[in-house]
Amino acid sequence: MYADKLRRKSECEWFIEPFGKMHVPVTVFADRALIDAMDEQVYQQAANVASLPGIVKASYAMPDAHWGYGFPIGGVAAFDAEQGGVISAGGVGFDISCGVRALTTGLTLDDVEGCKERLATRLAQRIPAGVGSRGKLELMPSEIDDMLRGGAQWAVERGYGRKEDLARIEENGKMAHAEPRYVSDRAKQRQKDEVGTLGSGNHYLEVQRVTAVYDSDIGSALSLTLNDIVVMIHCGSRGLGHQVATDFLPRMIKAAQGEGIELPDKELACAPIKSDVGKQYYGAMNAGINCALANREVLTHLIRQAFADVLPQADLRLLYDVSHNTCKVEEHLIDGRPRKLYIHRKGATRAFGPGHPALPADLKSVGQPVLIGGTMGTASFILTGTQTGMALSFGSCCHGAGRAMSRSQATKRWHGKDVVSHLAQKGIIIKGTSLRGVAEEAPGAYKDVTVVVDATERAGLARKIARLEPMICVKG
Amino acid sequence: MSQGRWEHYSHPSDIGIRGIGSTREDAFAQAALALTAVITDPKRVEPDEPVEITCQEDDDELLFYDWLSGLLYEMATRGMLFGRFDVQAVAGGLKATAYGEPVDVEKHEPAVEVKAATYSDLKVYQDDAGNWIAQCIVDV
Repeated sequence: MYADKLRRKSECEWFIEPFGKMHVPVTVFADRALIDAMDEQVYQQAANVASLPGIVKASYAMPDAHWGYGFPIGGVAAFDAEQGGVISAGGVGFDISCGVRALTTGLTLDDVEGCKERLATRLAQRIPAGVGSRGKLELMPSEIDDMLRGGAQWAVERGYGRKEDLARIEENGKMAHAEPRYVSDRAKQRQKDEVGTLGSGNHYLEVQRVTAVYDSDIGSALSLTLNDIVVMIHCGSRGLGHQVATDFLPRMIKAAQGEGIELPDKELACAPIKSDVGKQYYGAMNAGINCALANREVLTHLIRQAFADVLPQADLRLLYDVSHNTCKVEEHLIDGRPRKLYIHRKGATRAFGPGHPALPADLKSVGQPVLIGGTMGTASFILTGTQTGMALSFGSCCHGAGRAMSRSQATKRWHGKDVVSHLAQKGIIIKGTSLRGVAEEAPGAYKDVTVVVDATERAGLARKIARLEPMICVKG
Repeated sequence: MSQGRWEHYSHPSDIGIRGIGSTREDAFAQAALALTAVITDPKRVEPDEPVEITCQEDDDELLFYDWLSGLLYEMATRGMLFGRFDVQAVAGGLKATAYGEPVDVEKHEPAVEVKAATYSDLKVYQDDAGNWIAQCIVDV
């Protein structure tokens, strides 16, 4: 019933006019082929989001959108606190501030090819990954609060990571409004030895080589040239973030009931931004973002150590760190006037265009780097934000390939050993603790990331800068 | 001895877990096995060490969400996997014992960590034949 209402506005922009309880339209960015393959549930979930109080302009679905919980994955929605707008734990998701970080290495393909196996082994030894793995730091309760307040800045002060990394992290590596007091003891307990761990599932660490540069000016501004070696990490806020979401979901369902907000799906759990629960979630979620930023900073330190062991000439510099499960307060122009909005991006990446005040001086003219993770057998992409994207989608774009089939379908179709040997033939080394985990993440279980990225560019949401292909992949 | 069973069902990005039993508590215990099975074969987990879990919630579905969240918390903070469950109804909730052992990567080959239970497709009900069913999607 939703797909029938979908209308095409331009080559890569589609919309559903508001009907029923929707306050605003649904906008979907995708080409014809992606639309044909898109799950009808995406439209329904985006329409449900469009019915939440205080939503501004539209409920958006990015080109990689797929069926999520409450919000579609690849969903973007802005809410205005002054118009009864809500903040939603479901709209951020269980892995608060899951995101991608890219590091340049100063190395080229020739430097790494000869010692690839040794580097892979060293990385797998240095980086705790997978179920039951423990981080190298064990934090006291008071240290956890410091970490939740300080984010990546805390990690750098503790000797993990470098000061110059911070300018290349959103909000300089620290969310200002983090409130550890609203993070439960259970959540803190789950994190005490999980700082600096990779996690499992679709989380990974990859050593990649640049196989295409589409814009050499911006490419060189980002230190990306053909055959350069880049490291990419995909992970989030670990147990703490998962527990914050687990804790607030039932509280927000009750809060929504109390406020008379009708939830077509319980996973849309939300509360007015100005309510007590809304404010507490915002403080706890920001602490969760800091947890993810600290985690990726500590992982960066461990990766630098592994490289130093094998390739001492390597100089790992942070290209950028961007999250794709967040709610952030941002100022956007609505009908020519600036408005403060709570932008939910669930499986969607912030993509600020050139000149945005949040960008560091050396990226002002370039725009914000956008990091799109692919699968362990295909490719990842680096894009940059655009001015058109600011107007089209509150400066947001896709976040990855998006799954095309379920985990159980994937394990029926592929065996982990075959996946590893097939990738080995392509020159890709997989270090994973679980063969079933590898099978569940088989490249064929995902959509074609190239198609997603091309549609993102054609829609005007971001500009394609470089393509990267994996050489080493460490999985949890 | 329980006649219950468990199963997984498909979700595009994650996994649905379902427990089926002659009582609500049976269905909860079976669903807990389904939860372990997302990570490893429950038969590989020795039920050596007991861990007590209590949940207070009047609503069956919220109670099930609490039960799974409680198990995930114990698994994460103790670094354990569970292979056997005794679940009993008490006033206003449940009292349970989960039996398991520490995660052993060689032995269990854990496939994936479960991040959280969700409200997605969360249902606790009795079917026409009188069987209890408890299910939801879990985020991995």
